[in-house]
Amino acid sequence: MIGFQYARAGDVTDAVRLMAGDPRAKFVAGGTNLIDLMKMDVERPSMVIDINRLPLKEVEEVPGGGLRIGALVRNTDLAYNALVEERYPVLASALLAGATQQLRNMASTGGNLLQRTRCHYFYDTATPCNKREPGSGCSAIGGQNRMHAILGASDACIAVHPSDMCVAMAMLEAMVRVTGASGERAIPFAEFHRLPGETPERDTNLSAGEIITAVELPPRGFATNYTYLKIRDRLSYAFALVSVAAGLELEGGTIKEGHFALGGIAHKPWRDPQAEAALRGQPANAKTFALAADIFLRDAEGYEHNAFKIDLARRCIMRALSQAAAGTPQSQSSKKIV
Amino acid sequence: MTKKPSEKSSGASKDPTRRRKVASGAGVPSAVAAKARPTTSDMVSVSLVVNNVHHSLALDPRTTLLDLLREHLDLTGTKKGCDQGQCGACTVLVDGRRINSCLTFAAMYDGAQITTIEGLARNGALHPLQQAFIDHDAFQCGYCTPGQICSAVGLLAEGRAKTADEIRELMSGNICRCGAYTNIVAAIQQAMGQS
Ligand SMILES: Cc1cc2nc3c(=O)[nH]c(=O)nc-3n(C[C@H](O)[C@H](O)[C@H](O)COP(=O)(O)OP(=O)(O)OC[C@H]3O[C@@H](n4cnc5c(N)ncnc54)[C@H](O)[C@@H]3O)c2cc1C
Ligand code: SF4
Ligand code: FES
Ligand code: FES
Repeated sequence: MIGFQYARAGDVTDAVRLMAGDPRAKFVAGGTNLIDLMKMDVERPSMVIDINRLPLKEVEEVPGGGLRIGALVRNTDLAYNALVEERYPVLASALLAGATQQLRNMASTGGNLLQRTRCHYFYDTATPCNKREPGSGCSAIGGQNRMHAILGASDACIAVHPSDMCVAMAMLEAMVRVTGASGERAIPFAEFHRLPGETPERDTNLSAGEIITAVELPPRGFATNYTYLKIRDRLSYAFALVSVAAGLELEGGTIKEGHFALGGIAHKPWRDPQAEAALRGQPANAKTFALAADIFLRDAEGYEHNAFKIDLARRCIMRALSQAAAGTPQSQSSKKIV
Repeated sequence: MTKKPSEKSSGASKDPTRRRKVASGAGVPSAVAAKARPTTSDMVSVSLVVNNVHHSLALDPRTTLLDLLREHLDLTGTKKGCDQGQCGACTVLVDGRRINSCLTFAAMYDGAQITTIEGLARNGALHPLQQAFIDHDAFQCGYCTPGQICSAVGLLAEGRAKTADEIRELMSGNICRCGAYTNIVAAIQQAMGQS
């Protein structure tokens, strides 16, 4: 690991000021992604700004029925928060499907949003990777690409975003609150993460120097009919091959509103308004779910090792929507899929 | 509380993470190799309490909490398995919560209370989980055991696991290459029954 200066920020203003003074600085929250990447020489910050003393550790109700989650709320605390368990159980479930209890005790809400891809080549500085070293090439195209994207990829990068939490937040239509030198702004979740395009080195639309202060959830939590279904190579402590966060509002057997987002298949949590439109006003049955899945995957493309994900994603969407419709969400301790 | 200042300080030139990279240089794209590599960092003052002993140290900020324990405080009970958050051998308790000490800088824990496997016994009596691991033969080589036990102490404090499935899931952050899982679950169930 290269040397760096270590600084502790006392409040948000302090953190933003420290960051403005050094364009190669990085914030550290839990450290579970940044420090890993620093050990691998992938991240090489000249200064590490410790933000753990910032007062961003509360989960608060906001007027109008939503919830504001401070950027430093740990994944465990968020998953076990009584309001989240009651009103946004899909988020609690997604959090508990990710990593392990030790890691969740460290991982912060803001850090989880900004965690970087687990593409092996991104981690391996001996190989070309456009995300790590723009212009060097993409080793995954034509290389080992079993974990890679089936939607939204580019010729420059086919990496996926690895977060579970973010898939639920995308489904719930969260807002990301950020503060920078020029003030505060809110970024809708769908616009927070980017597709790789020609600039895979940029994962998000966060501007240089901005700090995430909170994530806000709107009132609608799909607390009755929801699921988080995660398929991975082993039952725990593994990243998703495909995951689905689904929520339905039902009237009798008819779908009033349905949202679903997928993880593990694209450079960002993937939602598709057209696929969700195919749910609205339709009976909650296998035929409806199959049609929505087909629309969702209409542009899906596999590479040498990951084409299986297209069929897996289709089955996961159908299974998740039927779990949500039946009110039988996936258990994250007994991993039996019903 | 006794104050035990650390005699050792890490040299700024030595990489305190102790991870040696193979072939850093050869095979690395030249753009990477050519970038300036600062090799020094200013020391950071850190005060923390480990197993009820207060320590004040000046550390290279690269020092992980795991390396602080093992290399500076000679508390080698906490193990380094993967050094990447992927095995749980380095699990310790910070203010009562279990974390992976390999993926965190010691400087981030100024003012914290750390408990390691060495700090669990009380007045010569083993912690109920240590005793339960012995009673159930919940190990073979023992390398993962300090992490397993610290993790299980955190698990009991959380109070979230009731069933064997829940114990297995919430202990999944501790890998045992010897495969002692069945006995580990039994040991934790015994300790749960006592608490
Ligand atoms: C072995 C292992 C397994 C894992 N498995 C899973 C899994 O199954 N599912 C899953 O979802 N995740 C998984 N994770 C990833 C884990 O969830 C992330 O590493 C974690 O959420 C990152 O949060 P952090 O607070 O530790 O971030 P840090 O490492 O502190 O920071 C990550 C990045 O975010 C930036 N940052 C942090 N906070 C802010 C802020 N407030 N504003 C601006 N920038 C900020 C940092 O500068 C850094 O670039 C796993 C990690 C490991 C090591
Ligand atoms: S997929 Fe993206 S992250 Fe992986 S090697 Fe290609 S450019 Fe790098
Ligand atoms: S050494 Fe920390 S998790 Fe393996
Ligand atoms: S006892 Fe050998 S690794 Fe667990």
